[in-house]
Amino acid sequence: MLEIKNLHVQLEEEDKKILKGVNLSLDPGKVHAIMGPNGSGKSTLSYVLSGKKGYEVTSGSAHLEGNDLLVMDPEERAAAGLFLAFQYPVEIPGVGNMTFLRSAVNSQRKLRGEPEMTAGDFLKAVRDKAKHLKIDSDMLKRPVNVGFSGGEKKRNEILQMAMLEPKMCILDETDSGLDVDAMKLVAEGVNALRDKNRTFLVITHYQRLLDHIKPDIVHIMAAGRIIKSGGPELALEVENNGYAKLLEESS
Amino acid sequence: MASSLRGDTADRLRLNENLLATSGQWFKNARLAAAERVESQGLPQRRDEYWGYTQPDAFLQKKIDFDVDLNSPLELFSNELSEVINYKNGILQEKKLPAIPGCSVESLSDAATLDNHWAGTVFGKLEAVGQIPVQRSLAALNTATASQGLLILVTGKVKKPIRINAVCEGSSDIIIHHIIKVERGANVTLIETGQYGARANVVLEVEVEEDATFNHIRLQNGYEHNALTHIFGRIGTNSSFKSFTLTSGGRLTRNECILDLVGDSSRVSVAGACIGDEKFHHDDTVFVTHNAANCESRQVFKKVLRDGSVGVFQGKILVKAGAQKTDGYQISQSLLLDDNSQFLAKPELEIYADDVVCSHGSTSGAIDEEALFYLRSRGVPKAKAIDLLTLSFIAEAIQEVESPELADALLAHVTAVLEVR
Repeated sequence: MLEIKNLHVQLEEEDKKILKGVNLSLDPGKVHAIMGPNGSGKSTLSYVLSGKKGYEVTSGSAHLEGNDLLVMDPEERAAAGLFLAFQYPVEIPGVGNMTFLRSAVNSQRKLRGEPEMTAGDFLKAVRDKAKHLKIDSDMLKRPVNVGFSGGEKKRNEILQMAMLEPKMCILDETDSGLDVDAMKLVAEGVNALRDKNRTFLVITHYQRLLDHIKPDIVHIMAAGRIIKSGGPELALEVENNGYAKLLEESS
Repeated sequence: MASSLRGDTADRLRLNENLLATSGQWFKNARLAAAERVESQGLPQRRDEYWGYTQPDAFLQKKIDFDVDLNSPLELFSNELSEVINYKNGILQEKKLPAIPGCSVESLSDAATLDNHWAGTVFGKLEAVGQIPVQRSLAALNTATASQGLLILVTGKVKKPIRINAVCEGSSDIIIHHIIKVERGANVTLIETGQYGARANVVLEVEVEEDATFNHIRLQNGYEHNALTHIFGRIGTNSSFKSFTLTSGGRLTRNECILDLVGDSSRVSVAGACIGDEKFHHDDTVFVTHNAANCESRQVFKKVLRDGSVGVFQGKILVKAGAQKTDGYQISQSLLLDDNSQFLAKPELEIYADDVVCSHGSTSGAIDEEALFYLRSRGVPKAKAIDLLTLSFIAEAIQEVESPELADALLAHVTAVLEVR
């Protein structure tokens, strides 16, 4: 699904290297988790993959189903099936959540050369998916993320994911700012989307999200590199011993 | 201001003498007084501070010599939503004005021949008060020469908004002067739509008595024009006055709004948004005077500028001695979509009372990159994402509009404007 090879990235505005040769191969249907200490480059990886400005890829590659992601605009990457659930979803006053969502769904369809979703079909689909995430009609009508609690914002991200039906979902610290109940709700939403054709990359600091979204493979990232990969037990090791021992081993 | 008039202005005032012959006493008095104001004050000049950001030349020329093709305006408010009164090239098109429960509507040209009229206490009177401390001679010129306009006396609660739809042909050069008086306890919503041609000088004088409500929505949709508008408002005790203007197009527009809060515990809001390209030059000049205690005033302006267009905001809050517990707020913001456009702002506060809350702010900014990335990461193409963020920027000003239905219609209108530009 997603092939990342020897990816080197630095900041555009200053000479600071962040990713120093990331290699990852994600198969369809799998849930991968990336854990790592602050500043290890986890969020940068998610931004570079989804096309945020401000980063320069100095070498390496990233392909989604064989298509070179790094030459695409962010909207093209989205249409190709990539989705990033933001750590801090952006508030957009004056633009209704539904208007935004419909615009996103139909823009992607248009870019892929597919027919647009009719208003009726769209409404039906949104209502159905929103119900499962306990998103009420008031939240759908309100401006995008404005006045939403932390939990509501993250649920709104998952709703977007459910509506856009991406192939490759990246969740950037989706658990940050969530209480246990909110985290469960978000995890349920994600688990409902697990599918043999859909791949997840879950970025997190903590094991606790992985109690609810069970990963197939766990990677540990440090200083811009994947230093270790393994099964779910690797996450438990981090939880119990911290990163220190792993960092020591790798250096 | 110049001490003597240019020949072309004197010509315009002389032309007015022919009209005076058929006028009734109240109207004759108002016109002569206004003509005197123009003569004694002179007309604005480039060197005047009040015209520092906008050149008055196009408003001063005797003749405006361009004839432009106008695009067809986007339809915003359906006829069912409002009671429509049509003007074409500055001339009233209705043979019979609608009978609207809660108010009376007359044409200025009919009322002008009478010897007495209620409008005599408003026509040219608020405009005259508005000449101090800053002279607005082009508004006085309007009073002295206008023969078209509506006189609306609101005595009850008018349910349906009254919409003045003024359509102009490209070469038209129009002068219109409307009077609205909202009597004690009454309320009304006035909508202005249509589009101006080569030149327009429009004055609206609004008297809002006690416990009364006046809401005003104005759309300026012209393709190329030189529009100068003045709103003069006098607001009585415990009343509400709200005016919102959306400008999408036109070349040179200057909208002045001069409000005098004369009764305690009133609330006023003057707000607007504009979207412009290239030679678009849009000036909002606002002057709110707090002459009474415990009043709230808000000025909220948003300008979206692109391709070398210019936005101007001159806003003042004057709090007179004794106007205690005044709550004055003023914000003007521009969204500059490229490096070629500019926003010129002159926010002013002048306060002579010691127990007041007044704040003002002015900002210029570009599209928020974080929000742009968020939208694009969801598959929204860049141009559409910029439109959505532009709508988001303007929406804050539209929040000033009282009626949710009209606010929604305005948001839909902005969306449509952004799509076609």
